[in-house]
Amino acid sequence: MQKREFWSRFRNNRLAMSGLVMVAGMFVVALAAPWLAPYDPGYINLKEMLMPPSQAHPLGTDTLGRDVLSRIIYGARVSLMVGFVAVGIATLIGVLVGCLAGYYGGWIDQVCMRLVDVMLCFPTLFLILAVIAVLGPSIWNIMVVIGLTGWMGVARLVRAEFLSLREREFVVAARSLGASDARLILRHLLPNALTPVMVSATLGVAGAILVESALSFLGLGVQPPTPSWGNIITMGQDNIEIAWWLSFFPGLAILVTVMSYNLLGEGIREAIDPRLKE
Amino acid sequence: MWFYLLKRLLLMFPMLLGITLISFTVIHLAPGTPVELQTTMDPKVSLEAQKRLKELYGLDKPLHVQYWDWLKRVAFLDFGRSFSPDRRPVWDKIMERIPVTLSLNLLSMLIILSVAVPIGVIAAYKAHSWFDKATTLLVFFGFAMPSFWLALLLILFFGVYLDWLPISGLRSLQFPQFTFWQKVQDLLAHVTLPVLGAAFMGLAGMSRYMRGSMLEVIRQDYITTARAKGLPERTVIFKHALRNALLPVVTMLGLSVPGLIGGSVIFERIFAIPGMGQLFWLAVMARDYPLVMGELVIGALLTLIGNLLADVGYALVDPRIRTG
Repeated sequence: MQKREFWSRFRNNRLAMSGLVMVAGMFVVALAAPWLAPYDPGYINLKEMLMPPSQAHPLGTDTLGRDVLSRIIYGARVSLMVGFVAVGIATLIGVLVGCLAGYYGGWIDQVCMRLVDVMLCFPTLFLILAVIAVLGPSIWNIMVVIGLTGWMGVARLVRAEFLSLREREFVVAARSLGASDARLILRHLLPNALTPVMVSATLGVAGAILVESALSFLGLGVQPPTPSWGNIITMGQDNIEIAWWLSFFPGLAILVTVMSYNLLGEGIREAIDPRLKE
Repeated sequence: MWFYLLKRLLLMFPMLLGITLISFTVIHLAPGTPVELQTTMDPKVSLEAQKRLKELYGLDKPLHVQYWDWLKRVAFLDFGRSFSPDRRPVWDKIMERIPVTLSLNLLSMLIILSVAVPIGVIAAYKAHSWFDKATTLLVFFGFAMPSFWLALLLILFFGVYLDWLPISGLRSLQFPQFTFWQKVQDLLAHVTLPVLGAAFMGLAGMSRYMRGSMLEVIRQDYITTARAKGLPERTVIFKHALRNALLPVVTMLGLSVPGLIGGSVIFERIFAIPGMGQLFWLAVMARDYPLVMGELVIGALLTLIGNLLADVGYALVDPRIRTG
């Protein structure tokens, strides 16, 4: 597929472009957090506990008088990091398993795909929570756990691509020229299978951010005092009858971020293959 | 049909074995023995509980022996006893909570179906109309909405602001004194918000799927034929198109089981509903390993049963599956 063609289709998709812009904006916010945040996110001021949104605190304060806007801005760092590292792990495992299954076939394929089937039997949240019960909650553990429980879709994708590419002429030609397995996989098969992986990784970031926020909300993810969108909302639930802003704004941040990645992912998918746009 | 059912049932055994293997691995993920590593640092787990855990899993034996011993007990539905003060068998604790979780999830499934199917059909029939665009927008919201946030918004609006509905538990304090109808009313009021929340989360995917399935069917030749022979449009859509478009939805329902059961952890925690999701959360917080393991296996088992029911249902409605 031509790069220029891809770009022109992508640019003409208004939703996809707005997704891209918002994702880029999120990156800027996360990187520039120390300059953008009006207060230190950990600064406790008990005199200003649970203040509703005002000029001084546009999104209000929490039960310790910390500025909610600043905590949401710093929370963007957690979300992005968890999203990217978790998806990185999931994609790596998925590509590896998919390559093995799709290239070698036979019993290796059987073993890999049965493993995928069994993994898909578990309610994902159950599996994640069980691992966290054993390893303990921390930002590193949840990144690894989300990665370890999210690779099955990618594995199936890559395997399917490999199966259809394996018998194509350019691959058969390369093989008959004596290319090794590794060279065939890395140089000829994988590069042609990467576009659907890219789409699923983009959508995967959205999913990972949702899971991280849910875990942090349940008290089993990012631990306070480190601010994450999920654990700000935990405090929001405890004070739901008196401080709506504590649950409302961080949730909005999650919604907008996740939606941006979804729009971006769908945009890439449609730009790669316009037929998908019904 | 019986042959198909038998084949399908036999296929469950290797899956079950895989499920137990993964559950077992998960609990033994921690380097060293899970007991020492996690309990010496954690005052929540007493020395006595440590000893009991070691005995339970026979942690001095090699891993494959441990797995085999555990598997033999699980085969007879013996998941050991909970670490919590009541020390009740894990199986009993989970079984008394399963009906709550299952009935709530069934209710949400019914709502999902009864809303998503019409939405999907209309969106597909009038593709690219304003209705289609509006529901597409709704679907994007549904996919991006954190379920716990939706639950809190529901609480904020219907529970706190309007003060219409109760926001926690399954029944009011006065429940025992109520008449039968009051009891029904009370229960319904308590489950409304959690069920609506769970239903909204599933709605997005299902209506999208229904739309896709319907679009696919409308393009088929037999629909053109039905129209060409002069059948009224209503008959074409409801009798020829809808019935075929609904087939894949049966599978989709089966596939949505793990999501619903996983989601029950969140909804039951927020609305303080005594189901297996809440139990699981409590078990994880207390590091009640036998209970965590039991929940994990039973959660996967429910998914397996959901998939089985979906496959059997599909075979019942689509003769191509059971003969071919």
